[in-house]
Amino acid sequence: MDALDGNAIAGQLFDVFGAELTAATAVCASCGASSHVAEFQVYLRAPGTVARCRSCTAVLMVLVTIRGITCVDLRGLAGLG
Amino acid sequence: MARAAVLGRLTWQLGRVVELLDETDRVRSIVLDLPEWPGHRAGQHVDVRLTAEDGYQAQRSYSIASAPEDESLVLTVERLDDGEVSPYLADELRPGDELELRGPVGGYFVWEESLGGPLFLVAGGSGVVPLRAMLRHHAAIGSDVPVRMLYSARALEEVIYREELDLLAASHEVDVRFALTREWPAGWQGYRRRIDRALLQEIAWPAAEQPLVYVCGPTGFVELAAGTLVELGHDPARIRTERFGPTGA
Repeated sequence: MDALDGNAIAGQLFDVFGAELTAATAVCASCGASSHVAEFQVYLRAPGTVARCRSCTAVLMVLVTIRGITCVDLRGLAGLG
Repeated sequence: MARAAVLGRLTWQLGRVVELLDETDRVRSIVLDLPEWPGHRAGQHVDVRLTAEDGYQAQRSYSIASAPEDESLVLTVERLDDGEVSPYLADELRPGDELELRGPVGGYFVWEESLGGPLFLVAGGSGVVPLRAMLRHHAAIGSDVPVRMLYSARALEEVIYREELDLLAASHEVDVRFALTREWPAGWQGYRRRIDRALLQEIAWPAAEQPLVYVCGPTGFVELAAGTLVELGHDPARIRTERFGPTGA
């Protein structure tokens, strides 16, 4: 399956963080690459939504919504702002 | 509660379908009446949510095809045969139906005049949709930022907004070129090829002019176009990309 990019989850991210995030800069905790959130490799049909680093493919972000509660795993990110 | 107030900014709202326009065999534009629409910037998206009778919900993000200055909000949707949402939007939706959506969302793949130019817009297939919003905005505000667009499609019948793009290209500031990759009508004067290094070098503004570049299309198309532009010396920080699901270009 082809990956989409972070533009496709602008709404989901706004929902979780309460702000527009696609133009924010993120730092990968695995390789240190810095990129816009819009440039993440995004898989919508994983269990939940998975965003990976375009440089090293490490998982940066996982969003899973179950029964109206969204769990957000950001351990792959060293920075977001 | 502060957090609830913040989240309240992005709420689902109901839009009424005013008109449906067939753009190609697989592509339809949906003109919506949205009484509570807060306005948008060219290039932004909306999330559309469908709810089945059993409560199952599917949600997808679609680019806004209309300019901020246009009277109605327009989405242009390509039917993906294995899609969960697009077949309904492209085939089943009727005027008068209501559609649940939220937005606008996205702040990265956006053009406004303060960002300047010159602009180079690269579209693969239905990736033309947010770029069309930028062109309409450019025309609506009478911008003098020079624009070049390269639009790659499989065949002329698959080119979306063709007449409108030809009209927009009549402006001195706007140049639109079409590249058809599979079929060409008799007497076709445009390009008969896929996007590659030579074509980008011919059509793009020279890297030395530091153009602002927007590339939108299927993932492979975007990687190729953006990667090649970087090889040609364009500043990666001035290339903004948006990837669609797998469709032809």
